[in-house]
Amino acid sequence: MSIVKAVESDFLRDAHENVDIGDFIRVHLKIKEGARERIQIFEGTVIGRRGSGVNETITIRRVSYGIGVERVLPVHSPKINKIEVVRKGRVRRAKLNYLRDRVGKAAKVREKLPTRR
Amino acid sequence: MKKFMLGRKAGMTQIFNEDGIVIPVTVISCGPVSVVQNKTEEVDGYRAVKVGYEDKKRVTKPLQGQFDKAGLKPKRIMREFKTDQEFELGQEITVADMFAAGDYVDIVGTSKGKGFQGVIKRHGFSRGPESHGSKHHRYPGSMGSSATPGKVFKGRKMPGQMGNKRVTVQNLEVVSVDGERSILVVKGAVPGAKGGLLEITSTVKRR
Repeated sequence: MSIVKAVESDFLRDAHENVDIGDFIRVHLKIKEGARERIQIFEGTVIGRRGSGVNETITIRRVSYGIGVERVLPVHSPKINKIEVVRKGRVRRAKLNYLRDRVGKAAKVREKLPTRR
Repeated sequence: MKKFMLGRKAGMTQIFNEDGIVIPVTVISCGPVSVVQNKTEEVDGYRAVKVGYEDKKRVTKPLQGQFDKAGLKPKRIMREFKTDQEFELGQEITVADMFAAGDYVDIVGTSKGKGFQGVIKRHGFSRGPESHGSKHHRYPGSMGSSATPGKVFKGRKMPGQMGNKRVTVQNLEVVSVDGERSILVVKGAVPGAKGGLLEITSTVKRR
């Protein structure tokens, strides 16, 4: 298997290393428009991740103008310029699919505050 | 010119192309192979090259003679490939000598054995009803007409051994080649299990 790992290793990135489930993040995506390239920001809550190595993806959910939008992004994609963690979330599950059934304030994730030293 | 190589399937993964699009790839541990013999028009009646792949400790004496002529250690696997090119005996050929990224190849392997399978899995037949008095669950159904022709035609699709046979996949794109580490990466899937032997040649689909 190591030879497969060797091929994958050229494509691995660490843009997502601080991202956990429940975090509110801003993903800076490179969008190509004709010859021009610009940055588009998608923000939302991380509600799941799957896969390992180069196959790993995260699912990001946000409610935009009353409509739920989810994007599944490969975390090692070169299209991701950077990922900002805006707010850490305090959650007790690996998949936050229950957020899909909730509206408004109930769909919020509690913030994880830094522990006191 | 026809190009060729031997390798073993290492596994599948995915990589990103320059546009950031994910492409599924198969990683092949490929070569190096050594030239054992040149087949010539005068002696053999056709032009080809015989190559050996992977070392072996002991071989029978007649085989040992072939390797001695080429000045090689005994090889586990030998294959002939038709080619117009002349090679030196004992010459080592790496993947990088044969293929480059952007080439198209045909790959031959042995498909995964599925055992003795019925007609639904093996040939994609439809199944009969499961209930309402039906007992025709996964049966093959009719095999032909009655007294005329009075026989079952040859080639009738029936249950039998599925898989574990030679399969060719044509027109696969070479994504990357690493001669030093003997890695060949092609787009798409390749027959057989991990570790299965593969014959890789330049494709017949393109000029």
